[in-house]
Amino acid sequence: MRIALFRPMQRPAERPVQQVPGVTLAVLLLGLVLQLGWHHSLPPAQASADELPGTPATGLLTIASLGDPVALSKFLNLWLQVFDNQPGISIPFRELDYHKVRGWLQASLDLDPAGHYPLLAAARLYSEVPDPDRQRLMLDFIYKKFLESPNTRWRWLAHSVLIARHRLEDLPLALKYAKALADKATGARVPHWAQQMDIFVLEDMGETEAAQIVIGGLLANGQVTDPHEFRFLSGQLERLQGKAPASN
Amino acid sequence: MTGPVLAIARYTALEAFRTRFVWLVLFLVVAGFGIAAFTGDLAITETAQTQAAITASILRLAAVLLVILFVTTSVNRDFSDKSVELMLSLPVPRAGYYLGKLGGYTLVAAFTAVPLFALMIFLSPQASSFSWGVSLLLELLLVCGFSLLFAFAFSQVTASISASILFYLLARSIASIQLMAHGPLSNQAETSQFVLTRVVDALAYLLPDLGRFTRTDWLLYPASFDVLGPVAIQTLVYALLLSGVALFDLYRKNF
Repeated sequence: MRIALFRPMQRPAERPVQQVPGVTLAVLLLGLVLQLGWHHSLPPAQASADELPGTPATGLLTIASLGDPVALSKFLNLWLQVFDNQPGISIPFRELDYHKVRGWLQASLDLDPAGHYPLLAAARLYSEVPDPDRQRLMLDFIYKKFLESPNTRWRWLAHSVLIARHRLEDLPLALKYAKALADKATGARVPHWAQQMDIFVLEDMGETEAAQIVIGGLLANGQVTDPHEFRFLSGQLERLQGKAPASN
Repeated sequence: MTGPVLAIARYTALEAFRTRFVWLVLFLVVAGFGIAAFTGDLAITETAQTQAAITASILRLAAVLLVILFVTTSVNRDFSDKSVELMLSLPVPRAGYYLGKLGGYTLVAAFTAVPLFALMIFLSPQASSFSWGVSLLLELLLVCGFSLLFAFAFSQVTASISASILFYLLARSIASIQLMAHGPLSNQAETSQFVLTRVVDALAYLLPDLGRFTRTDWLLYPASFDVLGPVAIQTLVYALLLSGVALFDLYRKNF
């Protein structure tokens, strides 16, 4: 015996297919055949590479964010990152207009100044292209943005020092960035290795005297408190003094 | 059957006036003017093109949403008020009821498309606006068709509106989805990817390619009226298919 309370809910039964007039079935089949035929007759969609558009004004983007600029910034990051993979086509990064790329990275950072994504993309993604001009454009972007907030964006400039030194082999540029790190990124959370990058660049440039002065300054003014680091830098200083006969 | 069909169409269209739908469309036109003026102030170059493109894109989407909402709530009201049962108890075939409703909603689509077309004439060349306006009307006609179908099929407002919006978005983007499915990132040697690509291809066959409708680039870069040919054929073919499916469902419904 079935208890009424637990009787399954029954939907009203549908009428049998035989109740559907033949004309309706004919219309349905005709429509389906025509739709399939029409789609088949259309030329297939062609993949076309869209050019990266210019950046709109920040004000317009802020309005478009509907009061949530951080979310729009994250969306822009992803959109820009996958721009090289448009429907059905793949565009090499080197074919992108890097001035526009820089504009979009700037816009994303304007919307979310605390975000690191645009700087990471500039340092690790767009700087990977084997094109010195494009690499320099990205490094310059990172440098300018670093100057706005050195203690939070130091790691991207540190990466830029390495790119300038090893990829571009532009030691003066690497030194400029390393000096900026040493002078501006002075916060407690900035590691000393980042602040001391200029020593190694100077050494690479053969500027051993200058490197000695920098190390000597660091050791003298008490900035280096870790005993291991103190010992390491002292060793470096001694090595440089041995390397630079003029200073002996 | 013509008499009852026309009467149902007339009362369906009248409902749009009585529920102040027309005011909403007029509000859309005023908002369109506002958007155009605002974007015109912001743009530093290509002002007219920027105004036309942004306004047209927003108006098109707003018009589609308005029509989906109107058709769905209107059919739902018919079901709630038992007007459908009353109508079907009269000597009117179900096909007559369906055609009457579709006719009425087509008029509503025209009430919506014509003022927006009139607005676009101010923002872009007349001939371009004409193609855009006719295409918008045809697009809204298809929107009426599938909204009506989903409203009949689901009989619930939330489900019907969700289905209509999803169907519209899918039909708008199916060409891009298909290109991506066949693109360089898709590894067709993998079974899952192969199956997925075939499913996308099958969907593309069954959906209208709304990406070819009401294109903003017609407003910016003069296009001949030939672009309307494929749009009109697709509308006719798909309206026939939607009518077939909707009538099949309606005839099987047990009220």
